[in-house]
Amino acid sequence: MSEKVLLVDDEVEFLDTLSERMRNRGMEVATSSSGVEALKKVDKEAYDVIILDLQMPGVDGLEALKILKAKRPELQVILLTGHATIEKGIEAMKLGAMDFLEKPADLGQLTEKIKKAQAKKMLIVEKQNEDKIKKILEEKGW
Amino acid sequence: MIDPWETIAQSGFQFFGKMSASISHEIKNALAIINEKAGLLEDFTMLAGQGRPIDPERLKSLAGDIMKQIQRADGLVKRMNRFAHSSDDPMKTIDLGETLELITAIAGRLASMHEARVDLVIPDPPVMVNTNPFLLENLIWSCLSFFLADKQKEIRMSADSGVGEVRIKISGGSTFTPEGIQAFPSTTEEALLKALKAEIRLEPQPGEVILTLPKTI
Repeated sequence: MSEKVLLVDDEVEFLDTLSERMRNRGMEVATSSSGVEALKKVDKEAYDVIILDLQMPGVDGLEALKILKAKRPELQVILLTGHATIEKGIEAMKLGAMDFLEKPADLGQLTEKIKKAQAKKMLIVEKQNEDKIKKILEEKGW
Repeated sequence: MIDPWETIAQSGFQFFGKMSASISHEIKNALAIINEKAGLLEDFTMLAGQGRPIDPERLKSLAGDIMKQIQRADGLVKRMNRFAHSSDDPMKTIDLGETLELITAIAGRLASMHEARVDLVIPDPPVMVNTNPFLLENLIWSCLSFFLADKQKEIRMSADSGVGEVRIKISGGSTFTPEGIQAFPSTTEEALLKALKAEIRLEPQPGEVILTLPKTI
């Protein structure tokens, strides 16, 4: 199953090129050039992984991360940023980011992280489904 | 009482750090694009090895994109270098237009994070001033920060020359908020103004800050 990825960065040229390379590797990739646009996309579509830049105009990466995790806790977020402070990385991990990569990144390394993130999301969704079924069974008393 | 030079030193370090971090972040962005474009070229050559033809126009366009990003990064490094050297001399005769241009360019990215834009009208003829270049840059950035914190989106800077003095005018286009005016100028700006023998005037409607500096301290 191909990974469904949303790539979020305010550098449009970066978005276009990285998304083309990821599609060449069989991934299904959508792009957003702002945090606001990404949040709208997540409302309409389900993604396995969000690759998020930390510094963006308007809703920045950390703010977007908070909202995304509140909306869809199962979503896996990987931060890809040029802003390389350890403090920001720790803050992002505390907010629920799965991983943190510094720009310029190696696509092989990023692809590995995306695959891990997709597997993690599938496990969470399976667990959520199991819990739902259990709840229904308990409520109905079967 | 806090020594004003202590305030100036602390503000100077913060200003230098903020500008350097912003420039290095932008250099990283340019490098990231170069990295992806070069990676795409590599992808194409691998596909060509598997028999897929390469479109020469696409290669030409990718090479052009890489060169554009190299020029962008080079411009950023040059700016960083000019900014770093502005602390070399405590007193120097400078072209005010060039200083405003440098700060506008460096602050551009930080302004865009606030969804704001800084436009500059370069004075013609050039306005020269003998002052402390680094402290002046710090003061201009402090004023710009005030506009950004006050959520002004269209910031415009200009400069002109009078008898024995020069003026820098920064306008935001909309009225200052009462909270904004209360916090500005802070002790940092006051200390910088004193060191530069400068004066500040705030025009709340429409939001405008006028800095007046002596042509020579």
